[in-house]
Formats: sequence, structure tokens, C-alpha cells
Amino acid sequence: MSTPAASTRWTRPPLIGNPWLRWGLYLGVALYLIAAVSTLDVNWLRVLDGLSNGWRVLEGFFAPDFTTRSRDIWQGMEESLTMTVTSTVVGCLISIPIGLGAARNVAPLPVYAVCRSIIAVSRAFQEIIIAILFVAMFGFGPFAGFLTLSFATIGFMAKLLAEDIEDIQEAQAEAIRATGASWWQVVNYGIQPQVMPRLIGLSLYRLDINFRESAVIGIVGAGGIGATLNTAMSRYDYDTAGAILIMIIAVVLVAEYASSHLRKWVQ
Amino acid sequence: MPVTALDGRVVWRRRTPLAQWAIWCGWFALGVLFVLSWQVMNKNTIWLFVEDAPRQAADLLSRAWPPRWSYLDSLWVPLWDTLNIATLGTALGIVLATPIAFLAARNTTPSVAILRPVALLIIVATRSINSLIWALLLVAIIGPGLLAGIIAIALRSIGFIGKLLYEAIEEIDEAQVEAVRATGASRWQIMDYAVWPQIAPAFAGISVFRWDINIRESTILGLVGAGGIGLQLQSSLARLAWAEVTVIFIVILATVVISEWVSAKVRAAII
Repeated sequence: MSTPAASTRWTRPPLIGNPWLRWGLYLGVALYLIAAVSTLDVNWLRVLDGLSNGWRVLEGFFAPDFTTRSRDIWQGMEESLTMTVTSTVVGCLISIPIGLGAARNVAPLPVYAVCRSIIAVSRAFQEIIIAILFVAMFGFGPFAGFLTLSFATIGFMAKLLAEDIEDIQEAQAEAIRATGASWWQVVNYGIQPQVMPRLIGLSLYRLDINFRESAVIGIVGAGGIGATLNTAMSRYDYDTAGAILIMIIAVVLVAEYASSHLRKWVQ
Repeated sequence: MPVTALDGRVVWRRRTPLAQWAIWCGWFALGVLFVLSWQVMNKNTIWLFVEDAPRQAADLLSRAWPPRWSYLDSLWVPLWDTLNIATLGTALGIVLATPIAFLAARNTTPSVAILRPVALLIIVATRSINSLIWALLLVAIIGPGLLAGIIAIALRSIGFIGKLLYEAIEEIDEAQVEAVRATGASRWQIMDYAVWPQIAPAFAGISVFRWDINIRESTILGLVGAGGIGLQLQSSLARLAWAEVTVIFIVILATVVISEWVSAKVRAAII
């Protein structure tokens, strides 16, 4: 608010209170935008040229061709779906012990440190980069994709599970402990019932994410529908590419709807 | 309370026998699904390659280490491009997503019957396609380069920012809107003085969060030709120059960690 003596008119407070910081920020953003746009170097002739190309892609999208390459599409879809299921199951199973180890209230410090670093490594790199490495080691195909998605699932699930275990009601675990229960019994009777609904919910959510990712990692050779899409695009076969995109969107929508519905039902 | 009779005594059980059976059947079905999926997935897997993997991994490591640090000099320009793809893409995404979010929010949309479903459809459709696939399409349309990357990032961001923003708009305090409306404010004045101040912190937080994710995603867009450091990664991979790939991975990791730190700091300052 400006000083009442100068003016009695109300002005609203800005989002950033400190004027130096505010104007400095505006100036910085303006300078950055000038620097960034001036180094952009866009070939506008090529872009104009490509717009007719874009029309063909759009046409492919509205007149998709499911039949000509139906065998390829079907195989890609089959690989993607099976990869999603197996990697989610394996990833979740492995993430349970790691998640337990990464929860400070159940694990001793050395175990905690090891499990937290496993989680950090798994989360630091995105799926595509891990897929590149696994394809180089295990060869092309869905097996490399399965390993990639399992690895990514471990970081995601174990982190959320560990946070969930750290947030439990300590009273219930304390009550079980007071009966003279061993560590295993405390985990089984005091902690597991509290985190199980959320664990199932997270697994379903991850199933959904894994399908989306399985559509992408095929681009670097890890199998699945992404490989089929990449092939279709490099053949300039936009009708098939349109069909594949429609199928990906449809499955993602169904998976998202089903997983959110199931999660509500479980919790 | 489910109980069973055991030697004439009544023993507590957690579930009724029927519920117990249903749960066991569910787990069994999951097991069967897993085994079937495993078999279908691996029908084309060449196990010889898989058995060979430890040797391949050792071989890869010996080629990848030590990293060729001299390569770092030619990475600064692609890195700058990558930052630009992420930042300009996020900015464009915000510009496109904000009106869509206002159209999608139940309390600000001008028409619940027509515009709201359209806005929701745009949000869902752009969110379900990964930015790498957008980039694949855009490179085919407007040619390889930074612009394809920027638009790919922007399109993917629309769904994300739009969804979080419209949820934030729907959660605002209606009393303030009512108060401003009671002064005789126009529709736009209500937006400006009642709605916008309530969602501004969420808006800034969502934007920074998405920027952080976009930095991560823009590092790999070059794999399909959309510019940035991924282009360098693609060429090093094609030449099997693993010592260069290691340098690129380290640079990507450092960028991601720094952007995550910046984003966490900014969000903590806002909220």
C-alpha cells in the first residue's frame, strides 16, 4: 500500500514483496528471453515447407489405417501390454523390501543409507537413458524394456512406500511391539495393514505409468508399440502412425480411468 | 465379526471364509496373468544375449570409463539449447494452458455444456502423449531442430499445467468472489481481483514444477532429432563412442539435479 499522505487510493500488494527482487526478476527474465530467442535459429522456410507435411499427418490421424500393418501393430501392442504387467509385478515385489529398508522408523541407519541410495540412483535417470543402457547389454526387444520399467518402478514405488511407512500411526506398531512381537511380527501386524491399501493403489497407478512409458522406450529399441510407431514414422506411413497414436491414447485413457476407479474401490 | 469354531472354542478371524477365498483367487489370477504375460513377452527373446549380458556390461564399462572430458567443450552449446527448449517450451505451455484451465474449471467456464468438455478433452489428449512422441511427430512435420522440441514440450505441458491449474481454480474460496461481485465488478474484474490472487501462488508453483520436469524431458528429445543435448547423445551412441556417452550422462545428471534443487527452493519460497 502506498503512503496514505501521498494518495488514499488503494493498490493491491504485488506477489513478490521486495521491489528490488521483483524488478530484478523481471529484468532477468527479459534478458534471458532476448538471449534465448536470438540463439534459436529456426529455419522458417523448412517450417513453412513442413506445414503441408503436417496436413498429411493430420489426415493420417483422421483416416487411420489399422489393417495394412495390423500384424506389426498387434505385436507392438502385445509386447507393450505384457511388458507393462510383468515389469509392474516384478518392480513392486522388489520395491517392498527396499521401501521397508528406506523407512527410518523400521530400518537401522546402514540399511537405510543403502536403500535410499538405490532409490536415488533409480530416480535420477529417466527411463529412456536406462533403456539405452539395457538395450546395449541385453539386446533389442521387450526383455530390455521389461528390465528398464522394473528398474524405474523400484525407485518410484520404494520412495513412496518408504514415506508412507514413515507416516504410519506409531501407536499401532507400538501396541504390537508391547505384546513382545519380533521385528517381522511388528511389520506384518503393525505396519502392513496400515500401508497395504495405499501400496495397492500405488501399484495400479504405476501400472498406468508403465504403459505410457512402454510406448516411448521402443524408440531406442526396447520393444513395444513405440518401436512400431517409430518404424511407421520413418516409413512416412502416417496412416499407420495415426492408428497407433489413437490406440495409445485409447489404452492410456482406459488404463487411467480403470486405475483411478480401482484405487477408489480399494481405498 | 468372522469367527471359526476350533475344538469347541470360538476363534477370531480377520475375514469371512468367502472374503478369504475371493482374495486368494484374486492373487492367483494375478499370478496366472504374470506367467502368461512373461511367456508371451519372451517368445522372441534370445536368451543367449541375456546370458551374455554380464560380459557385455563389463565390456561396456571398460569402453565407457574413463569419460572423455575433452568432449565437454562441445557440449555447452547443446546444453544451452536444451535449457532453452525446456524454458521456452514451458513458457509457451503456460500461455496455452492458462485459458484452457479457466475454460475447464467449473466455476469460471462460460459454458458447462460445450466449452468445458472440449477443454477437458484437450487436457486429457495432450497429457496422454509423451513429449518424445510429440517430438517424433513434430520433427516429421516442421523438420528437425529446436522449434520442434519447444512445441513438443509446450504441447505436453498443456495437459499437465491445465489439469493442476483447473483443479486449483475449482478449489478457490467462493466468498471472495462473491464479495468482489457484490461491489458491482465486471466478469474480468472478478477474474483479476478475486480469482487470480487466490491461484497465483499455485500457478507459480505448478509452472516451476513443470519447468523442472521439462528440463528432464528436453535432455532426451534430441534422440528423435528435436535439438538439444540429446542430439549429441544420439550421434555418440551411433558412433559407439561410449566414453563420450558417459560425459553426456554426467552432464544430464548434473543439470537434472541442479534444476530439481532450484525448483524445490523456488517452490519452498512461494508456498
